[in-house]
Amino acid sequence: MRLDLSPRARRSAVLSALSPVIAFAGAVLVGGIAVALLGVAPGAAFTTYFVIPLSEVWSLQEVALKAAPLALVATGLAFCFRASLWNIGAEGQFVVGGLAGGWIGVATQGAEGFTAWILPTMLAAGTLAGLAYAMIPALLKVRLGVSEILTSLMLVYVAELLLDYMARGPLRDPAGFNFPQSVPFDPAARLPYLMEGDTLHAGVLIALAAVIVATLVLARTLFGFEVRVVGAAPRAARFAGFSDARLTLAVFAISGAAAGLAGICEVAGKIGQLQPTISPGYGFTAIIVAFLGRLSPPGILVAAGVIALTTIGGESAQIDLKLPLDLTRAFQGLLLAFVLGADVLARYRVRLVPGGPRRTA
Amino acid sequence: MLGVSTLGTSTTMRTITGAILAALLLAPAARADDKLKVGFVYVGPVADYGYSYQHDLSRKALEAAMPGKVETMFLESVPEADSERSIEKLARSGAKLIFTTSFGFMEPTLKVAKKFPTVKFEHATGYKRSANVSTYSARFYEGRYVCGKIAGTLSKSGTVGYIASFPIPEVVSGINAFMLGAQSVNPNVKLKIVWVNTWFDPGKEAEAAKALLAQGADILTQHTDSAAPLQEAEKAGKLAFGQSSDQFRFAPKAQLTSITDDWDGYVIGEAKAVLDGSWKSHDTWGGIKDGMVVLAPFTNMPDNVKAMAEETKAGIASGKVHPFAGPVTKQDGTVAVKAGEDAPDPMILGMNWYVKGIDDKLPQ
Amino acid sequence: MTLDIVQMVLVTVLTAATPLILAAIGELVAERSGVLNLGTEGMMVLGAAAGFAVATETGSTLAGALGGAGAGLALSGLFAILTVGLAANQVASGLALTILGLGLSGLVGTGYVGMKRDPAPHLHLAGLSDLPLVGDLLFGQDAFVYVAVALVLGVWWFLGRSRAGLVLRAIGDDHTATHALGLPVRKVRVLAVLFGGACAGLAGAYLSLAYTPFWSPGMTAGRGWIALALVVFASWRPLRVAAGALLFGGATVLQLHAQAAGLGLPGQALSALPYVATILALVLLSLGRRQGGSLAPAALGREFTPHR
Repeated sequence: MRLDLSPRARRSAVLSALSPVIAFAGAVLVGGIAVALLGVAPGAAFTTYFVIPLSEVWSLQEVALKAAPLALVATGLAFCFRASLWNIGAEGQFVVGGLAGGWIGVATQGAEGFTAWILPTMLAAGTLAGLAYAMIPALLKVRLGVSEILTSLMLVYVAELLLDYMARGPLRDPAGFNFPQSVPFDPAARLPYLMEGDTLHAGVLIALAAVIVATLVLARTLFGFEVRVVGAAPRAARFAGFSDARLTLAVFAISGAAAGLAGICEVAGKIGQLQPTISPGYGFTAIIVAFLGRLSPPGILVAAGVIALTTIGGESAQIDLKLPLDLTRAFQGLLLAFVLGADVLARYRVRLVPGGPRRTA
Repeated sequence: MLGVSTLGTSTTMRTITGAILAALLLAPAARADDKLKVGFVYVGPVADYGYSYQHDLSRKALEAAMPGKVETMFLESVPEADSERSIEKLARSGAKLIFTTSFGFMEPTLKVAKKFPTVKFEHATGYKRSANVSTYSARFYEGRYVCGKIAGTLSKSGTVGYIASFPIPEVVSGINAFMLGAQSVNPNVKLKIVWVNTWFDPGKEAEAAKALLAQGADILTQHTDSAAPLQEAEKAGKLAFGQSSDQFRFAPKAQLTSITDDWDGYVIGEAKAVLDGSWKSHDTWGGIKDGMVVLAPFTNMPDNVKAMAEETKAGIASGKVHPFAGPVTKQDGTVAVKAGEDAPDPMILGMNWYVKGIDDKLPQ
Repeated sequence: MTLDIVQMVLVTVLTAATPLILAAIGELVAERSGVLNLGTEGMMVLGAAAGFAVATETGSTLAGALGGAGAGLALSGLFAILTVGLAANQVASGLALTILGLGLSGLVGTGYVGMKRDPAPHLHLAGLSDLPLVGDLLFGQDAFVYVAVALVLGVWWFLGRSRAGLVLRAIGDDHTATHALGLPVRKVRVLAVLFGGACAGLAGAYLSLAYTPFWSPGMTAGRGWIALALVVFASWRPLRVAAGALLFGGATVLQLHAQAAGLGLPGQALSALPYVATILALVLLSLGRRQGGSLAPAALGREFTPHR
């Protein structure tokens, strides 16, 4: 038996929509068996996981809140990945963005008078810092041919240690008994809340706006065309006179800026101060989100929502059903694997052909 | 249009069935209102055999101590940067008493506490309280003073290795207390300190232990969570102190004692206070006396050293011995605590300087 | 006395580098065949849990090592089905594998919390192991270390000197052309991925059976990611993987020694040293050679589907 895949001329629209559903069903089936083996009713687990988080206003806000940074970072990464450039270091750019913007929040704490400039400046500083940090691997790649996979990944650790140092050292709260966190920001340095209950903040709107802008840029501008062509047909792009170096710098700038903006939104929105860690791994998770969303901004938005939902559903499962967190992780991994595998249906005609490997000679 | 409306109806039907199903499945949980629900938020996995594991033991002890009266739930490996939702989730799940067990949960705890004024919160190792937020912590430095005395007596090379995690006051006061204890029996003792910048990375802790052993330390102590340094000491035929939980089984020939946290009494006491309505916001900083800091049995040492350790422990419990009894001199030579006085609690809580005799430069 | 310290440092560097070498050499083979598997950390962490579990149940360190390798192999089998069989995106599949592996390792390991084992036995050759400076370093290590060295040499020979290795490299450089020549592209890639998985699982088992012989959640602490970076660092060359791992392990160990000696720099700066050193080393290597295109296997990370 041999699996034969032949590419479809165009993605099948029906199967494109259907394949994630099939994957979801498959993952839920396997997950259900695992849950039953642990002695929990699969139906209850399903409800706890997927229904309850979507049934309360509060948890819906939490899903949006968790999805926003993922969507924002992943949207930026989509530009890189479409151009076949591997920025693995969005986590570092996220951290540096949060640190740079947060620094302004710390420095302006207690400022009197006109304070409306503070928040926009923080957002700009975070964005620029993320952009600048992404320029290190980009420039090393363009000038010296150093692999961006290695440099961007290594710089994640450097960024994390830098934030750790700043939060424990120079930026810590002088009145905080030498504990490792900065002063809480003033309200002028915080993103405003959108709804009662102080959960959903304006960072969600920023992420949404970025997704829309990215959709338009990719679909309607020459630059977007360039990115798409380079990804799809690098040789054609070179004939068309597109510059590799310029494009490399541009997509790294975009992804770094998006990650930096997400970082400062997290700091100025949810956290409200600087502390030794500000990200539960958004920069890495966003890589998966980008691919789950098939590198298209609207798809990324959906993918980010799904990842956020399973995380929050996993917490419900820990509380209500005493299911271990590791089961949630394993299920997340399995779901991703199924979704990625099922995508083959949309892209290829799949046939099982009897007989051994075919030789063409 | 028939098809569309049929589809619509079936979707609605499914939603309704789903809701009924959900209600049925959740009914038992909703009826258990008479029990006090207690929630725990851990920063690490409960399987870490260290800090979070130890806290989870107390959760189980609480269930065992008050059967039928309490119901517990927990969330593990909650990232400090993303903890607000987890804490609020427990409050929304009906928890009336919530333990948030890491310093980084401080601001989120306060924020959620504001939203849920009838829920009582207990935040470990922080310093901010409110009407429904208490704080609690353990005087780990008391245990470290005892360890320091043991190490100062037993070290043949006169050099002791210290594996430290992060330069926060709790760790720094532990180093100082250890050094003061060691100096009290051997004024020339040397302390070599390695900062590993992690609470838990067995590999890196082992590497740090090897580095310290190679540089002449013959006793190791650690303020990180894994048993790796103990195992390295055992392998090298040297001695070491455990941390967080009794790690004797990892190093039966090396462990001298282990500083462990025991939150059982505190957790049970707070739950009782909530049940009988006497709970009030307060700050608890318990030590050896309160049974919150427990030293594992003294092993691998001569009887006279054991006796000295027991005596020191008893002295701290009775208040006769204070690890930071004056005179205490800082590294730079200035006097921190005058002779005849004891260091006040706020000084210990915010300690960011080394005592005299430590060669290391404190990372600032 | 000082000779002893030098040897102790060298031994620490070697053992710190061993898990990185094991995981990286496997990943190198997979990448040379054109498949980028970012799931090393997941396979490693599962290997650590499964290795410890098997060793505890059977009482045999060897069985544990095989169990760890087997767990890594099984997980990489899933990856092979996804990426080679179903032509799924390799970057995303690898990250999914990492998450899955972390979750599974917790489920496997949860029954073994707080248990310990004796470390894997070390070689001892009378006379040789007691030689000054090099005795313990060369003749006093456990089997994992020697296996790692053997794997590096074996892979070096296989890729550079054997016909099968040539085929594997050719497939990694151009799957379309090699397929047209009738070479079994998918079969070779599956085997390469499985080899990578087994090596990563073995690297994890080394941590839980030899390096720090107990199991704890997330005990790989990011070493799988470092192994991935080392493959790139080494420009996909086996001997340079070993050199890179020793450089990285050396920087880690030396910064700890520097602290123990009382250097007085911020711990964070010293902890960042291995990462910065790796980047700098790569930059210097790049400066040394003329810019001549990428050294990566040309088909790395690209999907392949055999069709007319």
